[in-house]
Amino acid sequence: MSEQLLQYLLSGLSTGAIYSLIGIGFAIIYNSTGIINFAQGEFFMLGGMSTYYFLSVAHLPLPVAMLLAVLLTTAVGVLFERLAIRPLRNASPLILVIITIGGSILIRGIAMLIWGKDTHSIPMFTGNEPLTIGGATILPQHLWIFGITLLIIIINRFYFYNTVSGKAMRACSHNRRAASLVGIDVKRMVLFAFAISSAMGSVAGIISAPLTMTSYDVGIMLGLKGFCAAIIGGMSSGIATVFGGLLLGVLEAFGAGLISSGYKDAIAFIILLLILFIRPQGLFKKAETERV
Amino acid sequence: MLTNKLRNLFLSAVCVLASAAVATAAPTIKVGALFAVTGPASFLGEPERNSAQMVVNQINAAGGIRRQKVELIVMDTQGDATKAVQAATRLIKEGVVAIIGPSTTGDTMAVIPLVERAKVPLISCSAGAKITEPVKPWVFKTAQNDYLAVTKIYEHLVKHKLTKVALLTVSDSFGSSGREQLKALAGRYGITLVADDTYGPKDTDMTPQLTKIRGLHAQALICWGTNPGPAIIARNARQLGLSIPLFMSHGVSSKKFIDLAGSASEGIILPSGRVLVADLLPKNDKQKKALLAFVKEYQKNFKAEGDHFGGHAWDAMMLLKGAIERGGASRPAIRAQLEKTRNFAGIGGIFNYSPTDHSGLTKDAFVLVKVKGGDWTLVK
Amino acid sequence: MGTERNVLLKYLLFSAAVLVAPIFFSGGYLLNVLVFVGINTMLALALNLLLGYAGQISLGQAAFFGLGSYISGVATANYGMNPWTALVLAAVVVGVIAFTIGFPILKLKGHYLAMSTLGFGIIIYILFNETIDLTGGPSGLSGIPYFSVGEFQFDSDLKNYFLIWGFALLMILFSVNLVNSRIGRALRAIHDSEVAARVMGVNARLLKVQIFALSAVFSSIAGSLYAHTMTFISPASFGFNFSVELLTMVVIGGLGTVYGSFLGAALLTLLPEFLRTLQDYDIVFYGLLLVLMTMFMPGGLVRIPSLVLPFLAKFKVRRQGNA
Repeated sequence: MSEQLLQYLLSGLSTGAIYSLIGIGFAIIYNSTGIINFAQGEFFMLGGMSTYYFLSVAHLPLPVAMLLAVLLTTAVGVLFERLAIRPLRNASPLILVIITIGGSILIRGIAMLIWGKDTHSIPMFTGNEPLTIGGATILPQHLWIFGITLLIIIINRFYFYNTVSGKAMRACSHNRRAASLVGIDVKRMVLFAFAISSAMGSVAGIISAPLTMTSYDVGIMLGLKGFCAAIIGGMSSGIATVFGGLLLGVLEAFGAGLISSGYKDAIAFIILLLILFIRPQGLFKKAETERV
Repeated sequence: MLTNKLRNLFLSAVCVLASAAVATAAPTIKVGALFAVTGPASFLGEPERNSAQMVVNQINAAGGIRRQKVELIVMDTQGDATKAVQAATRLIKEGVVAIIGPSTTGDTMAVIPLVERAKVPLISCSAGAKITEPVKPWVFKTAQNDYLAVTKIYEHLVKHKLTKVALLTVSDSFGSSGREQLKALAGRYGITLVADDTYGPKDTDMTPQLTKIRGLHAQALICWGTNPGPAIIARNARQLGLSIPLFMSHGVSSKKFIDLAGSASEGIILPSGRVLVADLLPKNDKQKKALLAFVKEYQKNFKAEGDHFGGHAWDAMMLLKGAIERGGASRPAIRAQLEKTRNFAGIGGIFNYSPTDHSGLTKDAFVLVKVKGGDWTLVK
Repeated sequence: MGTERNVLLKYLLFSAAVLVAPIFFSGGYLLNVLVFVGINTMLALALNLLLGYAGQISLGQAAFFGLGSYISGVATANYGMNPWTALVLAAVVVGVIAFTIGFPILKLKGHYLAMSTLGFGIIIYILFNETIDLTGGPSGLSGIPYFSVGEFQFDSDLKNYFLIWGFALLMILFSVNLVNSRIGRALRAIHDSEVAARVMGVNARLLKVQIFALSAVFSSIAGSLYAHTMTFISPASFGFNFSVELLTMVVIGGLGTVYGSFLGAALLTLLPEFLRTLQDYDIVFYGLLLVLMTMFMPGGLVRIPSLVLPFLAKFKVRRQGNA
């Protein structure tokens, strides 16, 4: 039985790590612009699909394909900000939400036209012989997922606390007006936010594609889950959202294994609702009034 | 790919214009088609649309049916019942003589009241048994009933004395219909179901369900779903070292499944239409000629493997063609003639419609296939 | 009062247009689409009351629509209840559910509110899928009867058109009155600043929950009407995507305007009909349109007249000047 529980835990953590990366992407954009970017899941999709394209159609080696995929996705993120978000700086948040929904439909549609509707798979980074840990098994790819997620979180932390532009971005998230008054170029920060979070989304898409496969429409559901992770973490662009993602993943895995696989998503969401009802300010945040 | 699509779009625009020009000369036979070309069921709708259009082009190139050209009006339902109803209404008002499709059981059930009231023959391309049971006068179908596939698997299990079985089905209409049949027929074959688990169509990790199943000492696992879920399950099962035989549904009977699951697909058995193994069939197989022609044409037109989903639309269009040839292009005549179809060797099987049977196939429509050395082989 | 007369005049004009529309469309398939425009108008209106007037976002609106549909569908198809009774039953049950969950949910604000309504929507969607014995699960529920009065059955597009638009017009009338009343002003006060509204003596919490419940009841009635005109329902129609589509209707039509709800619903329901010829390209076009519309028309379609009219007036003046 304990082997089973360990297996649930490991499965949940690896799914949760992906949710975390997407969630942090949500949070970074939210904090710098106040927008909930519903196109976040599409960055995830672009990462996986374009890696597949560079790898299998253009026949490039895996590391090159991955690098190009990240660059391409980042370019799309930046373009999206310049063309759709920046012209509407002063619109209400709700209008901006609709714009991102429109943007996500557009990106998904173009991906469908270019790459078709089929599901594709990309090879594991390093072999697919399972590893045994205390009776539970994982694949080398899971280690890649944990490792890269950890690395990104560390880089992220370093960026936000130890570099000038990272600190400037944090200033923006606290108060955009005040930030611009002390000479921070808020517009540039918003662009940065989109660049960083689209790059992160694409990395999440790339490292999970060997396990979960990829197609033009994978972004919808995972985007939603990442959004949940960010909410549990109180829209923090740091460790709280990581916990949020891991918690969601683990809840789902235990729900599916121990209670009912049909209701696993419902179980996860009921627990989330209860958390929100009891702690409306998010799980890890001290009580305060609404941000923004 | 994009240029290809643009060309197709252009060509279809030209076709529409051309057919409009022809329409003034001789009346065309308007046939409606409802397929889920986009949306979650596009893996059904796209090959179906392609196949139907392919048959229509062939018919027109050969001079039409009874010297009348056929015009196919395709509507995308997106797998959404509301859109299916709107599209069906539009087709009926535009005066189509019959409708082929829809692709999914849900869409089909949604348009049945409409076609029954308007008295328009419908040849559905979806599998749900309830479409033709009870028999509705105007509704036919070409996709094999799920219970035929289940029967095929259960017979194999009984033969190999594997009676403790775990189920893992997808929670969409394909999976839930399969699950219903798997549960309903288990008793008849003396099979005990030790697990009845499900997964979501967009789920990315099924190790929790498989871990649970591993603990239950089942002798076989049957998974019912369409790509990519079953491929993920095959890989997850391998990761967990699950050693019991794995059975899948005809929902993944395509080369694509082997591509996705990779080496984890080795040894998996599933019921499939004959199209998957067309070239392996014995020479005296009645369907062989039609199957090879279909596969070749599809490859030529769309640079892709023709699968049995496309086959459903091929069958529907050919059945319709036969009915119009025999009785003319009026709605009641088509209905009457469809019901008289006997021994039509199509892609899905040998069709025999009758006033009491509007699905027309037996369990011989399926063969069992197994993945061996990265390709499909026939299970004797 | 002048404005009150204007409000009434606008409503009468709109109703008259609705009544004569079938003359132009009867016999064609578009009448069938207009039936769905009616249903979507009710749903968009319901969401607009909540979002546009009270400023409370909901990403789970499809759940109330679905609950209405399924309660009606199950009660009539499985238990032989009269469709009219089922409609009332569904509305009452959904109203009570919304009122109950409204208290904890509406305590939340901003994206937490969005999240919790989204979560609620997903839970309800899963329930439709998993309670197979009751709902038929993912393959749907068929055999739902039409509405009928004695021998008269609402079984054609024309009959359903009048039935559904009858309900829609009633809801519009109710909403127009509501937003022009004391309650409407209180709602807008909450929208602008909840704290200020409280200070002014508005029971903001109760009012928010009441409007949430009203919005749910409207959606439920639309759901029952949908179930009994389609006679078949399946969970796919009530998912997250549809909640988002409703949100889009409201924003495109115009937040905080009753007739904007209609415009948004009409555009998004009719658009696919015209995009059909684009085949696979329609999704790209749809996305593009959504982005462009929100970029260049953030006030919604309802603002078009106020943009076009001054321009026309100027044009007229200039022509007169030339002459």
